[in-house]
Amino acid sequence: MIFKFANPNKFLRISKFLFPYFNVFFLISFVYGLYLSFFNSPPDYLQGETVRIMYIHVPCAWFSLMLYSSIAICGFFSLVFRHTLADIAIRAIAPLGACFTIATLITGSIWGKPTWGTWWVWDARLTSELVLLFLYVGIISLSNAFESKSKGDKYAAMLSLVGIINLPIIKWSVDWWNTLHQPASISKFSSPSIDTVMLIPLFVMTLSFLFLSLNIIIIRIKSEILQRKIDILNSSKIN
Amino acid sequence: MKKKNKRLKTLLLFLVPIFTGATIIFYNLKDNMVFFYSPTEILDKSDEIKSFVRLGGMVKKGSVSKENTFFNGANVEEVSFIITDFKNEIEVKYIGILPDLFKEEQGVVVQGNIDEMKVMRATEVLAKHDENYMPPEIEAIESIKEKINDI
Repeated sequence: MIFKFANPNKFLRISKFLFPYFNVFFLISFVYGLYLSFFNSPPDYLQGETVRIMYIHVPCAWFSLMLYSSIAICGFFSLVFRHTLADIAIRAIAPLGACFTIATLITGSIWGKPTWGTWWVWDARLTSELVLLFLYVGIISLSNAFESKSKGDKYAAMLSLVGIINLPIIKWSVDWWNTLHQPASISKFSSPSIDTVMLIPLFVMTLSFLFLSLNIIIIRIKSEILQRKIDILNSSKIN
Repeated sequence: MKKKNKRLKTLLLFLVPIFTGATIIFYNLKDNMVFFYSPTEILDKSDEIKSFVRLGGMVKKGSVSKENTFFNGANVEEVSFIITDFKNEIEVKYIGILPDLFKEEQGVVVQGNIDEMKVMRATEVLAKHDENYMPPEIEAIESIKEKINDI
């Protein structure tokens, strides 16, 4: 079932159809989300206006984890089933995930100064998120470290699978250890600790980040597929 | 199909020991991964903890007071307050700027040395906030509800 969609040409066809829709969804949800976050949501009872950083920081953090999980899933399919599309997807997703991680760290730092009183502390949550950035950088550089692309793909996939160990640590660090970072607000769907009027902008922003990520990934996968086709043509010409 | 099974087996043989090892390491590091200790933990371990330590808990209601003292030849304001985990409490003295979110009955993490009188001489005070976010009006309603429940 999955393998039917793992065909690069099929991917190109489906993504070409979806791309414009995703673009429209992204634009609408991004503009509406920013309007809600900055103009149409209340300040927090404790933090005041500073709470608006949450609408950027939290989706970035979620996607930094989600994109890593998708890289690891691709790594599994690449190593066991040798799917070219999975190799391509790892190369396409890794830089985007790294960007989200950097955005999480920077916005978190800007949020930390006025609320906690410090830009950075070495508590478990912040440190494990920094380790996630190093994992992304490792995957990107490993996949480009070898003469042959397939060798780079293989080692990057292996590193992505080893790095899974960091995901539960990031997620539950705030519950397992004493940290300066507060525990998760939306771990329980029935009664989140965020009031509804603040939950809606957060949800809309997350949606816009989802469509943005999907489209960036589609563009990157497409160009990588084309690049590989060019490489094949070039090598056959020489021979 | 057989080749795939073999690759899956190799992958598992590679990953399972790594994950098991990491789990064991993190499980045993438990006490060393904490960012701060509670007052109870500090009083229990007061013989081991001699120097620089982080202490976290709630600022006790009505415990914050300010007085003028001499520090490095200048007349400065010293803040003192009590950190509690509702079992034990430790007094903290601090000279410096407090974060905006520093309030009574709010979480706080302080860094410093504990003297022989069991008083914390803090060099840094960080505010810790919880996972609840709500507009001020809702907070007012919630606190009224709590007061009614108390009666």
